[in-house]
Amino acid sequence: MVGSKRLDISKPVLLTSVGVGLATGLYGISFGALSSAAGLDFWQTMVLSLLMFSGGSQFAFVAVVSAGSPALAAAVTSAWLMGIRNGFYAVRMGPILKLVGAKKLVAALLTIDESTAVSVAQESAKEQRQGFWLTGAAVFVFWNSATAVGALLGQAMGDPRLWGMDAAAAAAFVGLIWPRLRERQSLIVALIAIGLAVFSAPFVPNGIPVLIAGLGAIVFGLFNWFGGKND
Amino acid sequence: MTEIWIAILAASLLVYSWKLIGSLLPQSVLNHPVVSRTAGLLTVALMAGLIGVQGFISSDSQIVLDARFPALVVAGVLAWRRVPFIVIVIAAAATAALLRLLGWN
Repeated sequence: MVGSKRLDISKPVLLTSVGVGLATGLYGISFGALSSAAGLDFWQTMVLSLLMFSGGSQFAFVAVVSAGSPALAAAVTSAWLMGIRNGFYAVRMGPILKLVGAKKLVAALLTIDESTAVSVAQESAKEQRQGFWLTGAAVFVFWNSATAVGALLGQAMGDPRLWGMDAAAAAAFVGLIWPRLRERQSLIVALIAIGLAVFSAPFVPNGIPVLIAGLGAIVFGLFNWFGGKND
Repeated sequence: MTEIWIAILAASLLVYSWKLIGSLLPQSVLNHPVVSRTAGLLTVALMAGLIGVQGFISSDSQIVLDARFPALVVAGVLAWRRVPFIVIVIAAAATAALLRLLGWN
């Protein structure tokens, strides 16, 4: 073996990464379709999946953009705020990846829920790094491919309301939020947030209700109301 | 229609900046309870706000209960039963589409 350099990829990590990539990628189809329904063309949709590459932020962006007159500033802000957790993942991944220079820039793009989750679930340092890169790459490939499929389907759809796409957009967030509602504080914040958003909507410009809902969260976070035992 | 492109690129850059800045910060950032708690609640609140607006607000910013409401109830039940995400989305769409076929708004 002298002089040879084997890639030595852990097979279980590879299988997990591809599995997670496929499962996550699949719901890229719904993003592509919803983005089309929101009025974005194929390439606008694709660029979001290629460059933003974060499901929560992407769904939030197209949801706000679809609210009647394009509330672009609010869409940008919503996507930006929704992306905070990727920052936390990047902090978590820093000591695991131990990167310098240009590789940091690439790793950043791939820092999402799934790549972080698979990575931290591994035992050895090497498998943690492999888990990150393999899952990140797998999700990137499948998510973007699925986005393309969904975008094309969405283009072929005609009137999105006839297909219930507006309901689908809301349902997407129900699916995304549900696991987080197990904690009492989160559930209370969610209920108040819905109230704030719905009841402020008739009185403020498009896109602002969601940001008002976000303000409620910041207040709760600072004062830790209904925080429970963990404080 | 370059405004939307500027918004897409700006939003993408802003999301990317979280990912990059995080990689430059020390682990101790995570240890601050207010920071991590608030960030988590922010995500929940934004998603909930989006459910509210997407589900119950009309295109002229009025509060309405239409075909989306039963669709969201279906979504909620399926999410509670831990049905896969894509099934939740399709079922909600199908519910609303079916109701509209029957004359609902």
